[in-house]
Amino acid sequence: MTGYTATVTVRLKEGVLDPEAQTTKRALERLGFELDGLRSADQFELDVDAESADSAAERAEEMTERLLANPTIHDYEVAVEQR
Amino acid sequence: MTVAIIQFGGSNCDRDAERALSHLGIDAELVWHEDGLPADATGVMLPGGFSYGDYLRAGAIAANGPIMEEVRAAAEDSTPVLGVCNGAQIGSESRLTPGAFTTNASARFQCERVHVRVENADTPWTAHYEDGEVIELPIAHGEGRFEVTDDRLDELRAENRVLFRYCDEDGEVTPEANPNGSKDNVAGVVGERENVAVLMPHPERISLPDVGGTDGQGILRGFEA
Repeated sequence: MTGYTATVTVRLKEGVLDPEAQTTKRALERLGFELDGLRSADQFELDVDAESADSAAERAEEMTERLLANPTIHDYEVAVEQR
Repeated sequence: MTVAIIQFGGSNCDRDAERALSHLGIDAELVWHEDGLPADATGVMLPGGFSYGDYLRAGAIAANGPIMEEVRAAAEDSTPVLGVCNGAQIGSESRLTPGAFTTNASARFQCERVHVRVENADTPWTAHYEDGEVIELPIAHGEGRFEVTDDRLDELRAENRVLFRYCDEDGEVTPEANPNGSKDNVAGVVGERENVAVLMPHPERISLPDVGGTDGQGILRGFEA
């Protein structure tokens, strides 16, 4: 078994309104910054022991589909690195 | 008949629900989620509040707790299950009901009275109303915007699973009358079967005549069906 860290990024699907990101963007603009867009995402780092990087990714995907993301509104991606 | 009102850490409308149900002569008891669903429960209410501090997403942690497996089994066995506000978020997060409830379009917590129109009076939760009837209910949520894909929404409408839509006092469903940006102004839906329903407004807060109205009574009477 090898130790891996699976980094899961969960973000709203394209087209789903993100009021928090809009508010944050407006706050930046109030500070005088210029920007065309702002998207926010949640990131989770999962430390797991697994036979391989693929198997670590598979487990992280299972955890994400079950709890970390809501498939109705979220897309996600998983990146695995050896610890 | 005893309705189990499930308390999670952070539930805060549990006692209001018990009071309202008792007022209607519906036997109800508070059940701590770790104690499991009582064998004699003839109904399940998932009350409002902030279970698990809304960590991760409102309702997400409670939705995956062990008691929800029992609630799911009860629902499949035709036991009435009603989720209100945080209970609605728990219901959708547990996939008992379709769609998701997420951050209000206003990005604000909204605590106010709204009007909703009864879209389908042919369910236990709406049988005390007429189709198209307008009732006034309180809302109090920061994450009540109903989201669902367009295709799924079409299916829900075709299957008559939308219970309530936000409207103005005349029953017109307009963007202005939509307090949280919910898709198609949807305020409440039923699950695969109509014994399971969720809604963001709080019927238990408008069921005692002494505290502002009785429009919510008909929804709670769904437990009598």
